[in-house]
Amino acid sequence: MNNKCTERLFNGIVKENPTFVLMLGMCPTLAVTTSAVNGAGMGLSTTLVLLFSNMIISAMRKIIPDRVRIPAYIVIVATLVTIVQLLLQAYVPSLYSALGIYIPLIVVNCIILGRAESYASKNGVAESTFDGIGMGLGFTVALTCIGLVREILGSGAVFGHTIIPENYHIAIFVLAPGAFFVLSILTALQNKFKAPSATNGSVPQSKLACGGNCMSCTGSSCMSNHEVLETRKRQAEEEALAAKKAEVARKEAELKTATSKKDE
Amino acid sequence: MKELLLIAIGSALVNNVVLSQFLGLCPFLGVSKNVKTSAGMGAAVIFVITIASFVTSLIYKSVLVGLNLEFLQTIVFILVIAALVQFVEMFLKKSMPALYEALGVYLPLITTNCAVLGVALTNVQKDYNILESVVNGVGISVGFTIAIIMLAGVRERIEYNDVPHSFKGSPIVLITSGLMAIAFFGFSGLI
Repeated sequence: MNNKCTERLFNGIVKENPTFVLMLGMCPTLAVTTSAVNGAGMGLSTTLVLLFSNMIISAMRKIIPDRVRIPAYIVIVATLVTIVQLLLQAYVPSLYSALGIYIPLIVVNCIILGRAESYASKNGVAESTFDGIGMGLGFTVALTCIGLVREILGSGAVFGHTIIPENYHIAIFVLAPGAFFVLSILTALQNKFKAPSATNGSVPQSKLACGGNCMSCTGSSCMSNHEVLETRKRQAEEEALAAKKAEVARKEAELKTATSKKDE
Repeated sequence: MKELLLIAIGSALVNNVVLSQFLGLCPFLGVSKNVKTSAGMGAAVIFVITIASFVTSLIYKSVLVGLNLEFLQTIVFILVIAALVQFVEMFLKKSMPALYEALGVYLPLITTNCAVLGVALTNVQKDYNILESVVNGVGISVGFTIAIIMLAGVRERIEYNDVPHSFKGSPIVLITSGLMAIAFFGFSGLI
């Protein structure tokens, strides 16, 4: 049990790091990493939402009907995001104004729905909670690293302390294009050293029907996903039917033997 | 009238939704492999965002403000958008099969597109009235379409070029988007 929890933490931070390996949640990754502090703040807010959403969804996984599970998950996540937003507004107003619109947009972060769908809806409360913490911390670490690189290059500072004189700042790195360049260099390095990443196809396939790979998603894959889900459902139904039949047959046989014994 | 024009240009070019706001990156990077599909995606986004910004703004102004429930905006908006996309899909299937054929595949993808929710939230944040919200929505979605079609055009040409091995795939796409973002800085003096 304990072992499994630490395994989930390790899995989230290193093995299946949502940003570096799975390439999920790219919008906040690029938008808020203008400084390490903003990145860490965004990461921790997401961690909080992810922790509680995984916990609640896995606790309610047997109550929520299969057909309406996605709307139900969205309502749970949106509620948690609103709570986090109000808390930030009350206690950390500087971070609240720096992150702005990206706090409510945590709702549509694919990491959260992805974990809910592929892990929390199938596993127990404790493991799911630790999975949420692991994934959240992995996201936080990644955002802080990217933020740190952009902050050092763009404004010559580390966590707000200036270390490089102003003449040597490359201001473009804290502006919008810098985000694209930093991420591009990062994925290029991953390709170069054959590090596991969704961009070079060496990522462990996610349990989502689509493989959870947003970077190479095209509209047409939607249709094939649908088919995959349908066939899985049909298979499950057939198996259930076969099991039922076998059960009935076994019972009948037992009944027969019982009656034949009686006759004797 | 002048103000509306300023809002439209501002949201389409100056604060381009993908290249400076980073909203809707997944379809921007994913569906931009060729010009035809990206034009389809762009059209679907224009369609959905325009309707969504009208409906969410209407609901916010007439229901949430009246009942003092502004803090519920995130929950209400995401549900309204999800329901709206479903409804639009059904409506198109029944009454406009030709349009459904063209946009159908992209519609389910748009529900989780952060640009739609982003537009609804910016409309509230900037305190736009209903007309201004619709204009803002149209501007933002046109900006998205411009950006995605341009990127698709560039990517079609990159196919035939000799890209360094480590930069093949998404790194070169990201670099291209970065250069496009620099180009879009040129619009910043427009208003």
